[in-house]
Amino acid sequence: MVLRNRPRLALASVLTAPLAWLLVIYIGSLTLLVVSAFFRLDSFTGKSTSQWTLSNITEVTTKGAYIKLVLKSVGVATAATLICLTAAIPTAFYVSKCAAPWAKRGLIVAMLLPLWAGYLVKAYALRAVFDPGSAFGSGGFLSSTFGWSPGFGYVAVTLTLAYLWFPYMLLPVYAGFERLPDSLLDASSDLGAGAGRTFGSVVMPLLVPSIAAGSIFTFSLSLGDYISVKVVGGTSQMIGNIIERALLAPNQPLAAAFTLWPISIMVLYLLVMGRLGAFKNL
Amino acid sequence: MKRMSKLFAFGTVGVFLLASCGGSDSSGGKALDSLGDGEGQVNLIAWAGYVEDGSTDPAVDWVTDFETETGCTVNVKIGNTSDEMVELMQSGEYDGVSASGDATLRLIAGGDVAPVNTDLIPNYANVFDDLKNKQWNSKDGVAYGVPHGRGANVLVYNTEAGPAPDSLSAMFSADSPYAGKISVYDSPIYIADAAVYLMATQPELGITNPYSLDQTQFDAAIALLNDQKSRVTQYWSLYTDQQASLESGAVTAGTSWQVIVNLATANGAKIGAVKTKEGATGWSDTWMISSKAKNPNCMYMWMDHIISPKANAAVAEWFGEAPSNSESCGLTADPNHCTTYHADETDYWADVWYWTTPTSECLDGRDESCVPYSEWVNAWNELRA
Repeated sequence: MVLRNRPRLALASVLTAPLAWLLVIYIGSLTLLVVSAFFRLDSFTGKSTSQWTLSNITEVTTKGAYIKLVLKSVGVATAATLICLTAAIPTAFYVSKCAAPWAKRGLIVAMLLPLWAGYLVKAYALRAVFDPGSAFGSGGFLSSTFGWSPGFGYVAVTLTLAYLWFPYMLLPVYAGFERLPDSLLDASSDLGAGAGRTFGSVVMPLLVPSIAAGSIFTFSLSLGDYISVKVVGGTSQMIGNIIERALLAPNQPLAAAFTLWPISIMVLYLLVMGRLGAFKNL
Repeated sequence: MKRMSKLFAFGTVGVFLLASCGGSDSSGGKALDSLGDGEGQVNLIAWAGYVEDGSTDPAVDWVTDFETETGCTVNVKIGNTSDEMVELMQSGEYDGVSASGDATLRLIAGGDVAPVNTDLIPNYANVFDDLKNKQWNSKDGVAYGVPHGRGANVLVYNTEAGPAPDSLSAMFSADSPYAGKISVYDSPIYIADAAVYLMATQPELGITNPYSLDQTQFDAAIALLNDQKSRVTQYWSLYTDQQASLESGAVTAGTSWQVIVNLATANGAKIGAVKTKEGATGWSDTWMISSKAKNPNCMYMWMDHIISPKANAAVAEWFGEAPSNSESCGLTADPNHCTTYHADETDYWADVWYWTTPTSECLDGRDESCVPYSEWVNAWNELRA
């Protein structure tokens, strides 16, 4: 009753907790992370001191090996996103526009089902698929069935990531197709457009925001991944592994400096995707 | 947008305030004066195979009797590398750690571990004298832990892949018969293995201690490791990863620990292990107590238990290392264990270079500047990127 006459107090009591969460926990910790990249490490104790330095930033932005690694990680994330997209468009189109209504529900469940299996279970399952084998042991599914496997490396990592994150691309694209009225497809065909023209000029432009939204999931999850590369990557590395290694060194300032790479790449990516309308449909 | 930037500014200020409060405290605390009752539990960080309660192998158990006798439940977190152990100890959530020499000095300097009152540890009296109060487990003559045991990092090889090797050239030479199937320990301290090989093969570099490298020597070691990279199939930090690769045959030669060799052999892997003729890196581990230990009494009881003749014999035999307690040798299941692992042969340990933290002050006493451990970490990071 007190609050009814004091709208400001009511508003404050409602907003304080979530705002505090946003500021302290989320933005606060992110800022702390960025700030710690500028601290000097006491090389002997492995603890950061309160002296300022730019050497961590210089270290991660000027060494060729690190830049190469960042480019490789972006390449893997892009490739995984493209594979997801290529598989998601026809699948989502079929489920949304072609499948019989009774089959549709089952197919949607089937789309969601992989999300119920654990990440490690899926990653190790693919390890069994890609295992190239050796002179002393038989290989995994690919090499024992087809006599060929890409082996453990970036190809296996890309395929694994695409497999892991596929549902995150499929669902937004499916939602995009659901919002696309059938009448538009009919109209396009009535006006004499073939399937290709309809897809290119009608479907794709309306689907761009959904694809952009889906790609944010697949791209960011792939870029930050450092587990599957340990499982199926052989000796290859991603940005995440270098961050983990620096953190365990323990060299927190250097680890923080490395994280500036994925953070800035994701900020850029989100800006571009925002332009494409990704956030209008979330 | 304007509001956002205000929020951001507010957040930044808050963070600066937080950051300025976090002063660093590097006092290591004091040793315990007297032993009290157990707290009911003890939280340990240990190398794989150091704390076995029978869950790996029912016959391998030196934790259960400790728990029954003292009432201290043992919780263990396996550390895969020394770096990881240092990082975990800095969290202050553990009571103790089985630290190798490349971690101990950092933990002492960082104030993460406390001195140990060895009077409260009756079994300390029987520890081999050449393990007590060493550079890596004491400071100014004050013990910072109890010696657990020592061993050499062995060269493991597949017995079906050719004649048994006896040289580190299996790991580093371009014409190694194991090229493409080599497994390397994924830690900056592995640079010392390259230095050990260079000591034997390139004497003109003048390396006298693999943890005490000047810039020229260090660069030579890194060049050797870069050259090795194309022949490596696995950089392992999880011991089970190497074990699996040895069992499948994906790896035919590698840097290993005797415990991994034992586990893989038990699963049928056709492998052997050898201390190479160039010498080897190795470890002399120390159980240390955290300066922030919440269960100090249980930790003291654990330190006494793990170096007691029976438990020390069991752990040394399981892990494949030389025990630290001189009375353990009579209690091993294999009566020749101490002979096999050269527990009291000073000669054998002469060319085993125990893991130590490299510092900019050269450890071999020369009047030059050496490459400190932080640079080892950066170089290893770059090598692996």
